[in-house]
Formats: sequence, C-alpha cells, structure tokens
Amino acid sequence: MNRIYVDNAATTKMSKTAINAMLPYLEENYGNPSSLHTVGQLAQEALVKAREQVAKALGAEPREIYFTSGGSEADNQALLTGAERGALKGKKHIISQKTEHHAILHLLRRLENQGFEVELLDVDGDGNVTPEQVRNAIREDTALVTIMTANNEIGTIMPIKEIAAVCKEKGVLFHTDAVQAVGHIPLNVADIGCDMLSLSAHKFHGPKGVGVLYVNKKLFPSTLIEGGAQERGRRAGTENIAGICSMAAALTEAVSKIDQNTPKLIAMRDRLISGLSEIPHSILNGAKTNRLPGNVNMCFEGIEGESILLLLDQKGICASSGSACTSGSLDPSHVLLAIGRPHEVAHGSLRLTLSEENTPEEVEYIIKTVKEVVEYLRSISPVWMDLQEGRREYVIQ
Amino acid sequence: MLYSDKVMDHFTHPRNVGTIENADGIGEVGNPKCGDIMRIYLKIDNDIITDVKFSTFGCGSAIASSSMATEMIKGKPLSQALELTNKAVVEALDGLPAHKLHCSVLAEEAVKAAVKDYYDKNGIEYDHEKFAQKHDCEHCGE
Repeated sequence: MNRIYVDNAATTKMSKTAINAMLPYLEENYGNPSSLHTVGQLAQEALVKAREQVAKALGAEPREIYFTSGGSEADNQALLTGAERGALKGKKHIISQKTEHHAILHLLRRLENQGFEVELLDVDGDGNVTPEQVRNAIREDTALVTIMTANNEIGTIMPIKEIAAVCKEKGVLFHTDAVQAVGHIPLNVADIGCDMLSLSAHKFHGPKGVGVLYVNKKLFPSTLIEGGAQERGRRAGTENIAGICSMAAALTEAVSKIDQNTPKLIAMRDRLISGLSEIPHSILNGAKTNRLPGNVNMCFEGIEGESILLLLDQKGICASSGSACTSGSLDPSHVLLAIGRPHEVAHGSLRLTLSEENTPEEVEYIIKTVKEVVEYLRSISPVWMDLQEGRREYVIQ
Repeated sequence: MLYSDKVMDHFTHPRNVGTIENADGIGEVGNPKCGDIMRIYLKIDNDIITDVKFSTFGCGSAIASSSMATEMIKGKPLSQALELTNKAVVEALDGLPAHKLHCSVLAEEAVKAAVKDYYDKNGIEYDHEKFAQKHDCEHCGE
C-alpha cells in the first residue's frame, strides 16, 4: 500500500544527507574519541566538527553544546541543572506551564516530591502563556522557568523571546524545550536569550537516540550520567559519533531549508485545516496562525480518536491522536484538557503533522478520507445519535 | 500489531450495527468522558433474543467487543445471554491487549443492562445481584 506519513511530530524519516553523514562512522571511522591513536583521533575530529556545526546552526558557541541521548534526556538535565543551582541558594520554586511534554512534567513531579514547589501556569484557549503571566509568577525564590518553544500536540508557538527577557530582567534561569521547533522555525539562542534549550535529532530528519542540550557558557549543567570526562565531564559515556555527525548534518540541512519549506508547509497545513473544518461540529486545536508550519490538530465531536486512527491506517494514512486509548491512560491528552476541551471532545482528536515530503495531492486524499471516516464512525456512535436527536448538547458548534 | 485479525475484522466490519425500532430492551453503559459508550438493542420473543443491534462510541476494541458480543447472543435464550462473560468475548476475539480488557467488560455489561431493561419494562422478577456493575472507572461512577 502507498502510505502517507503525516506523523512527523512523532518522528521523521531520516534524510539521505543524515544517513550518508552517519555511514563513515559505522564503517571505517569506528574509533573512540577518547583514544590517543589515529583511529580515535579521527573520531575526535569528527566530534569537534559536529559540535561546531550544531553550534553554528543554533547561533551558539561550540562549548555551549552538550550532546545527549535525545530530547527527554536534555530536558531532564536542564531541569536538574536549574533545580540544583537554585537549591544551593535556597531557591526552590520552579515555573512551567500545563501543556509541556511529559519529559518536563514528570521530572517536575519528581522535583516536587523532593521538596521543590512547582507552579504550572494555565494556558489560554490557543495554548499560549504570556510573558506577563511569567512575570507575575516569578518570586524571590524562583530557581527556574521552563516553557516550551512550540507544543508537540497542537503546534502553538510560545512567546519565548519575551519570556526569556522577563527572566533575564528578574535574574531567573530560563530553559525552553525546543524539540518540536528546531529545524522547523528559525531559532537562534542568542536572539532568544535563553539559558538552556533542548532539541532532538529525529524530529528534523536525523537519527533517533541523539539530541542536544544547549547551555549558556555562563553556567555548567548538572551531571546526569557519571563515569567519564566526555562532554566536559557533564555527560559520561562514549559518544554516539555516528548519531552526532548525522544529527549535525541533518540540522544544518533542515535549518538551511526552513525558508524554502515553510510556505509550502503552511499552504498544505491551511488547506488541511480549511478542508477538515467543513466537517460539522469540528474544531481546530491550537492557534490558527501562530503555529508550527506542519501541525494540524482537530477535534470531531461524537467519535473517539483511536478508531479514527485505525481506520485511517487501513486507508494508508499514518496519523496520531490525543485520545486516552492511544495514551495508555484513562484521561485524554493533558494538552487538549488544558486548552479547555472537555473530556468527551478531547477523546475525538486527530493530529496530522506534515513534512516537506508530503504533497498537495496527499492533502486532498487525507481530507476526503478523514471526512468519510468521521461520517462512518458517527453513523455507529450512540453519542452522535443523541446529539443529532437533541438528547445531548453539542460542545462544538 | 496492537490487535488480532479477529478484532480488526470486527472493528472494520462490525456485525449488527444499528438500532431497533420499539426494542424490547435497551442497555447503555460507559461514559463519553471515559471515551466509550455502548448501547445495545434487543428484540425478544418468548425469552429468545430474535434480533440485536448496537451502536458504540469508542476505540477499536470497544467497537469489536460490542460486535462480537451481539453475535454471541443473537438467537440465544435470555438465560444464555446473561451468562455471557467478558472473558468469553475476549477469547472469541483471540485476545485483547491488557489495557483494553475493560472494553470487553463494557460489552458484557451492555448486554446485561439491555436484558435488565426488558425485565424492568415487563415487570419480570430477577436477581438484582446478577446485574451489579463491574466496570470501574473514575468518571463512570458519576
């Protein structure tokens, strides 16, 4: 079957550039960068070069780049860094917001159990927090503010530059989880003014299992993994040279193509949104324009998300949902609940995340197919029947 | 794959979908907040289920479980329908993932609720303990 992959927020297909950049370090240059001999030193050179490439793509200095095993590790290390530094000065208050990724939320819960006070800001209907909210929440004992750059489910882009400015003015560390944004929207750490930033290679056509924590040179991250001098002693373990070189190549390529890809992605995204909005009692989740170029997230009343995904998969469309059935818990997406969708509506969500490899023809097929699937599932849904016959009130008008 | 071929077959080609006009018994269980609701309609003649239809709001396994349950009780005496267990539904579907077992419980309960509705409407005595809800969910208790 010809498959249409529109789950690029989950992961992306590796680019040829990324694959080719990886191969030499799997074949001939297999050395350990810590070895003194030529084979090791060749690997060391590759590591230095990759660090420079990543730094350049982010507007950072090479010494500010710490390689990690991915976005979750980078997030964990960033939060522990903020928490440990704060605790040394008796500051145990951390500010974040409700739609963060679980890599942030779960670590915050752990910090809470260790005596930190965590404040999760509410978001508005689009999934946004304002710099004023952050300003009002900052206290004398605030150790860290962590707000994502763009949301992984609904694509809303946060005003992180303005939030970073508030944090700087108040002398509070600011971290941003930019996993969904790097390589998709223009980002420069110096321009943002953040102290720490997390990214993950497989979200921009790089390999899985490798990421970066950017840490401003004025501070050192806490050590997450002990055992060696790698990454300036802050992250032990023999470097994933193939993955790191591949990530550097993928990042350079993705950043260089942002200007070229963005108009194409936005055109397809907006066509999907307008096409799917023709479905009665449907609603877009997230901001209308201030959202990632490839992200579409809709709720359809009266049906459940997992069954939408299964039927779309049968028709060759690979998508995602925030329904409880796909999360493995009883509750639907915390992001959809945070923007005010009631449980029964949040269960019926569909996320489509495009890459530049998708085509306008695929978009038309998706619109047609989603319409059929929604209509079919509604035809067998008792909830839809009740809505139609007036026994239940519509939530989405 | 997440689901067996049997589950996928019943999900993509559900049996007995629809409603019955002037049904003798209608049972509904679940809550839209939890993401699943099942409604089962029964036509009963001389204690025999002569026809059964369902409509379900829910995930793939919820739809497949209702489809399978309706197949298992169609044409059967009420006494036999009341003996339908969620375990039997799961077995007939060649298994369900652990976190989806509650869908089969809903199917069992929907059948019982429909029979109970028939008993109530017709003033037929029955053992109330046999109709206790097993489904356990924070929202369904509301």
